[in-house]
Amino acid sequence: MARFLLTRTLSTLFTFWLIVTVVFFLMRLAPGGPFDGERRLPPEVETNLRAAYNLDKSLPQQYIDYLGMLGRGDLGPSFRQKDFSVNELVATGLPVSLTIGGLALFIAITLGITVGLKAGLAPGSRSDMLLMGVTNVGIAMPTIIVAPLFILIFGVALGWLPTGGLGGFTHYILPPIALALPFTAAIARLTRGSVVETLSEPHLTTARAKGLTERMIIRRHILPIALLPVVSYLGPAAAALLTGSVVIEQVFELPGIGRYFVQGALNRDYTLVMGVVVVYAALILLFNLLVDLAYARMDPRIRLQP
Amino acid sequence: MIRSVVTSALFDTRLARICSLILGAIVLLAWLGPLFSGWKFDEIDWDALESPPSATHWFGTDFIGRDLFVRSMLGARVSLGIALVATVVSVLVGIPWGAVAGYLGGRTDQLMMRFVDMLYAVPFVLIVILLVVIFGRNPYLLFMALGAIFWLDIARIVRGQTLRLRTQPFIAAARLLGVSTPAIVLRHVVPNVMGPALVYATLTIPGVILAESFISFLGLGIQEPDTSWGVLIADGTQTMESSPWTLIFPGVLLAMTIWCTNMLGDRLRDRMEAATGYTRASGRRVQEGRVPGGRALGGRRT
Repeated sequence: MARFLLTRTLSTLFTFWLIVTVVFFLMRLAPGGPFDGERRLPPEVETNLRAAYNLDKSLPQQYIDYLGMLGRGDLGPSFRQKDFSVNELVATGLPVSLTIGGLALFIAITLGITVGLKAGLAPGSRSDMLLMGVTNVGIAMPTIIVAPLFILIFGVALGWLPTGGLGGFTHYILPPIALALPFTAAIARLTRGSVVETLSEPHLTTARAKGLTERMIIRRHILPIALLPVVSYLGPAAAALLTGSVVIEQVFELPGIGRYFVQGALNRDYTLVMGVVVVYAALILLFNLLVDLAYARMDPRIRLQP
Repeated sequence: MIRSVVTSALFDTRLARICSLILGAIVLLAWLGPLFSGWKFDEIDWDALESPPSATHWFGTDFIGRDLFVRSMLGARVSLGIALVATVVSVLVGIPWGAVAGYLGGRTDQLMMRFVDMLYAVPFVLIVILLVVIFGRNPYLLFMALGAIFWLDIARIVRGQTLRLRTQPFIAAARLLGVSTPAIVLRHVVPNVMGPALVYATLTIPGVILAESFISFLGLGIQEPDTSWGVLIADGTQTMESSPWTLIFPGVLLAMTIWCTNMLGDRLRDRMEAATGYTRASGRRVQEGRVPGGRALGGRRT
């Protein structure tokens, strides 16, 4: 286990370093400087600006400086929003994004497992067919369609919920649900599949023979096995959830880091885009690591690997 | 064998036939539809600004009076075209990578596949957006970048197949005859993994379409006056309160295409596995989860 932990952590760190390096050099490849505005700047001003943004040094030196800055948790200044550092922008946006993403993940896991278990325990039944039909559609509905439709139906036509922006509790209903929808469907299908597979395992016969209640059998002998693929799906799901939240934030006009990311991309605010990619990558890698460790804890086949 | 697997997967149940029919119709309409309509994709009908569907404008018009049917079909061309090109790119990269890793084995294999494993953790749509920001909004770049994302799955599958092929007698025979390693890979391994690799490649199509629409939706992909489903849905979102059809038509087209390609792709894969007795090259883990949006949205298939 210790060895597994060590190699996974090291490879995560290595991947992170790789992403940061690629992102850094891509940014420096960008044609045109960040200060090419409508008007040509006087050369002295430009020199000063380059110095202020640390662009006057040699490329390797800039790279080392950037790594050093990241090491201190500093993402640098924003090129376009002159009064803000990327850290400040991320700090204002991250709570919103994490709230929406966290809620969506919670919905997807609880609802997805419940539905999948219900369908999987009675494969071929009417409710199984119905639920799987629904998830089949849910999985193909892209967020860019679901989110506007939700606004149109629940916000505009029915007027039940706010159509966007920050606010009270009601503002946190539609966005997480819209975001969670495809993942709920995916988790439900995954759970169903592995529950059905687990049902034919011989140890269930043993469990029944020794007189366990169905409830106990589900809890002790089906779920722990059936949930393994769901756990391993959570890593990729979290990554996709983060990307999906970029759309959700855009459509529901929520000031999360996804919106800064899109704004930065449209304004060519290099440092902001770079900073957000680094933050996203860090979050995703961290989550993947946690998921892998959880998986290893749950599955002795991996834990006990030499 | 491949041909019979494909025909049975595409046509042998009612659902499969309906899906094939829908996809066929969308492709045909995208190709020929605009010829029948008489409107151009950037032509403005001043008498019908934001008008609902009618005999002259089958899908209605958008907020500046452009025919939505023609634009949806043009969008279909772009979305499907990108899916095709990106899939070809992913096959061109994935097959050699997987075949070389699988055939050489040992340390090289480990290194190459570890690299693939690592790339699985990279949030790719973000990287694509980064590329778009840096190099400008060039559609060709988008094709290439998306293709470069999707090769990972193909590489894994091809490697798995190659590992099985490597032990076959005809490969040993080729080696005994003194055929060089590159020639064995090229002449004996690649043709034999082609079928399965192409079947798996169909599974990347919905992922690519989704990724493209996502990027265009954010205003970072295809630019006006050109269009794609993502652009149309973004426009539709702006005007959906007064003219819901601007959202609904492209939205339904996109959802249907993704649903059908997903379904047919899954069927193809299942049939392929049943026919070849081959199970997923799953790396470390046993089961596979489908990630909505697949690789593009940062998901990894394990």
